[in-house]
Amino acid sequence: MLSCEQATRLQSERQERSLTMKEKMNLTMHTAICSGCREFGKQVDSLRQLIREDRNCHGSEYPKSRDSEK
Amino acid sequence: MSPDHSMPLPFEDPQGLERLRQQMLAFARLQLSDEHLAEDAVQEALEGALKNASSFTRQSTLKTWVFSILRHKIADILRGRYREPVREHCKECASDDDLFDEGGHWQAGATPRRWGGTQDLVDKTQFWRVFDACLEALPPEQARVFMMREFIELNSAEICQSLELSTSNLHVLLHRARLKLRACLSENWFSEE
Repeated sequence: MLSCEQATRLQSERQERSLTMKEKMNLTMHTAICSGCREFGKQVDSLRQLIREDRNCHGSEYPKSRDSEK
Repeated sequence: MSPDHSMPLPFEDPQGLERLRQQMLAFARLQLSDEHLAEDAVQEALEGALKNASSFTRQSTLKTWVFSILRHKIADILRGRYREPVREHCKECASDDDLFDEGGHWQAGATPRRWGGTQDLVDKTQFWRVFDACLEALPPEQARVFMMREFIELNSAEICQSLELSTSNLHVLLHRARLKLRACLSENWFSEE
């Protein structure tokens, strides 16, 4: 069984490369019983999505926000 | 039609143009850590955009366009420029936080819980300000690779080549960056349910 550290590592790497069948199986088994890692996976996906949406729809609010503080 | 029609375009409004330029410079500086390169990239991006300025009827479209040119310029520079010394040791790769116990399981209090309100970011400007602060709190190398990956959208191979990092070190850095960003945003923005 994967540890949470290993599971989150795979969830992060999933953003850069396809996982192998074995990695996917191990991850699925882990997240089936670990709610913390399940949430981590979703939140990592949300982060990427938020950044892309912001860029595509709003002409990159970030990092303009840093300058809007006068 | 669009409410933006009543506002002057940045290119017709010196103050608006200067504001846009400053925003672009802040972005470029963060990525390139070099004042001259940043200014050159911004200048080229603005000149490129000016050629087509008349085709933009809305400010937001123009900003999107100018920033997309700038992102491409920065990506080109990053791909070609970085030849930093090979890192024998990746000092930020060490487990430098206390998110996990010795067995690799979440420490008490560090376990992620469901985020409230990801769908509906009421105050986007405020969100990105918090995001920015969280990013700046990361160790610099972690912040840099995260930015290169997510904002400039370079792929792993390009980042590894630019920074002369091994793939495995890159993956460790991104993992650490995401763990900490997630924790910081949970603490400072998303209410965990």
